[in-house]
Amino acid sequence: MTSTVNAAALALGDDALVLSHRLGEWAGHAPVLEEEVALANIALDLLGQARVLLSMVGDEDELAYLREERAFRNVQLVEQPNGDFAHTIARQLYFSTYQRLLYGRLAATGDGDFAGLAAKAVKEVAYHQDHAEQWTLRLGDGTAESHERMRRACAALWRFTGELFQPVEGLDVDWRELEADWLASVTAVLERATITVPDGPRTGAWSAGAGRQGLHTESFGRMLAEMQHLHRSHPGATW
Amino acid sequence: MTSSDWPLWEVFVRSRRGLSHTHAGSLHAPDAQMALRNARDLYTRRNEGVSIWVVPSVAVTASSPDERDPFFESAADKPYRHPTFYEIPEGVQHL
Amino acid sequence: MTAVTAETQEANEAYEAAFDAAVAADERIEPRDWMPEAYRATLVRQIAQHAHSEIIGMQPEANWITRAPSLRRKAILMAKVQDEAGHGLYLYSAAETLGTGRDELLDKLHTGRQKYSSIFNYPTLTWADVGAIGWLVDGAAITNQVPLCRCSYGPYARAMVRICKEESFHQRQGYESLLALSRGTPEQHAMAQDAVNRWWWPSLMMFGPPDDESAHSAQSMAWKIKRHSNDELRQRFVDICVPQAETLGLTLPDPDLRWNEERGHYDFGPIDWTEFWEVLKGNGPCNEQRITQRRRAHEEGAWVREAAAAYAAKHGEATA
Repeated sequence: MTSTVNAAALALGDDALVLSHRLGEWAGHAPVLEEEVALANIALDLLGQARVLLSMVGDEDELAYLREERAFRNVQLVEQPNGDFAHTIARQLYFSTYQRLLYGRLAATGDGDFAGLAAKAVKEVAYHQDHAEQWTLRLGDGTAESHERMRRACAALWRFTGELFQPVEGLDVDWRELEADWLASVTAVLERATITVPDGPRTGAWSAGAGRQGLHTESFGRMLAEMQHLHRSHPGATW
Repeated sequence: MTSSDWPLWEVFVRSRRGLSHTHAGSLHAPDAQMALRNARDLYTRRNEGVSIWVVPSVAVTASSPDERDPFFESAADKPYRHPTFYEIPEGVQHL
Repeated sequence: MTAVTAETQEANEAYEAAFDAAVAADERIEPRDWMPEAYRATLVRQIAQHAHSEIIGMQPEANWITRAPSLRRKAILMAKVQDEAGHGLYLYSAAETLGTGRDELLDKLHTGRQKYSSIFNYPTLTWADVGAIGWLVDGAAITNQVPLCRCSYGPYARAMVRICKEESFHQRQGYESLLALSRGTPEQHAMAQDAVNRWWWPSLMMFGPPDDESAHSAQSMAWKIKRHSNDELRQRFVDICVPQAETLGLTLPDPDLRWNEERGHYDFGPIDWTEFWEVLKGNGPCNEQRITQRRRAHEEGAWVREAAAAYAAKHGEATA
């Protein structure tokens, strides 16, 4: 494995790992029982992807449990706290649309390092996107309250979406084209959901960078503390 | 319907190509599209299906158990509809 | 008037005779069949309690999803908790065939008018508790549930067939997880032993009060809703667990536990039924917490359920 392939696998693997963890936090708290099952399915797909990707780089558990916060390469979007169901759905819509477009391209390369994984994952994430889209429509075009919550969620997470298109070393992708496709796809869903497409900036103003550079948001540290605590308390143990 | 009372749907799953859809159970969903998705998540988690039908439970018309006898009993005394009714001399093949 | 009443009564007697004959012949009773009101009520109560147990039972295990110590264990645990939600759904559907909707049952759960298995009022304090729940709690549940696959009520029996099939992994993963701990570091071994110490007795209580104190048992057996007595199933469970504990390298916290050659079973010590009744009454360590979380999830989800219903109404897709 070359170091650029490693870097790319870490970036994609951390995205999947962290979002899976966040979705796992919903267990026992979902708005309706059917969504318990749906959210867990998505979380399990993502965890499966994360395990394949991290295993390309090294030992999956060492990578997940023994790295410090600054060593994680996931985008900040996926680490954002669940918030209400609208926030979770907006985060999923933004991210799954990105993942579907990205994995579609990686699968199409046929022989790249990620082609095999992407070919399988693209089917999973197409379902995730569909799930997020169905809910975006229902929340956006449901009641006055749900519309307002969905609008707020879409706007609040908007500034984390620019980072998705920061080129990842090791992935041979036309990022500008990917971004244009993403924008077109998300815009179409939001319009059908009667949600005005947010007009704020799509990236943070911090020149140091963001998640891909290992710079995260404050809540991520607490998430990792919870995730890693038990594993780190028993160095060298097997489970 | 009360504001959050989602209707009930009956779910039919085709376990693999070549077989009929069979009744798997029921679930709640606000509409047909979500019913399909909920059915996928609930009834095919272990690879149990390749195709799903969902039908609003209220759309099912069922025979009444009271009519069980008039409905089904008259079919019970017509054994000549079954091949085992007929005696064929030993040794006759392909029949 | 009297003539009509007599006629109705005659019809009811004929129905009842048909019902009794079907149960005696080990036939299944199906949703639209005539059934005694008490049979219906017993089933609704039992199926609802079972469904509630599945969804409340998600909580103690979900408590460890975010802290699972390896990605493999995390995936297993998420899939297991997800199954529990699924099993709750199968069971609510079965109850619904008896004419009681899920909303009504959930409301009864949320307001304390229907119960769930008391075992879930105990806390999961360490990671090993997840393993102990899989081995002991799911083990006890399976011992209880396998005979329910032959329950006289068709939809309940069919739901149980599906559930038992899916749950076979639940117990095995728990056992495997405990085995890894028991054979791990001294700290891990101690964690596993501590969990077994805490979960053993509550697991034995899962079979319900002793036969001579069980309120609903006799009638349920006659109706073939229940196939074995509480004490019979409890004994079966103890007999299964003792050798399994030996392989685990863990001890069961009962000084009176020993093989009785004459009976062909293990003898075990007295169960603290005071604790059982107290926890059932609401005085367990987590009763309040479990029901509060359930109620909160339901209340906080109301706007989501309303939104989907409103969308369906607007787009003309709703049925009902």
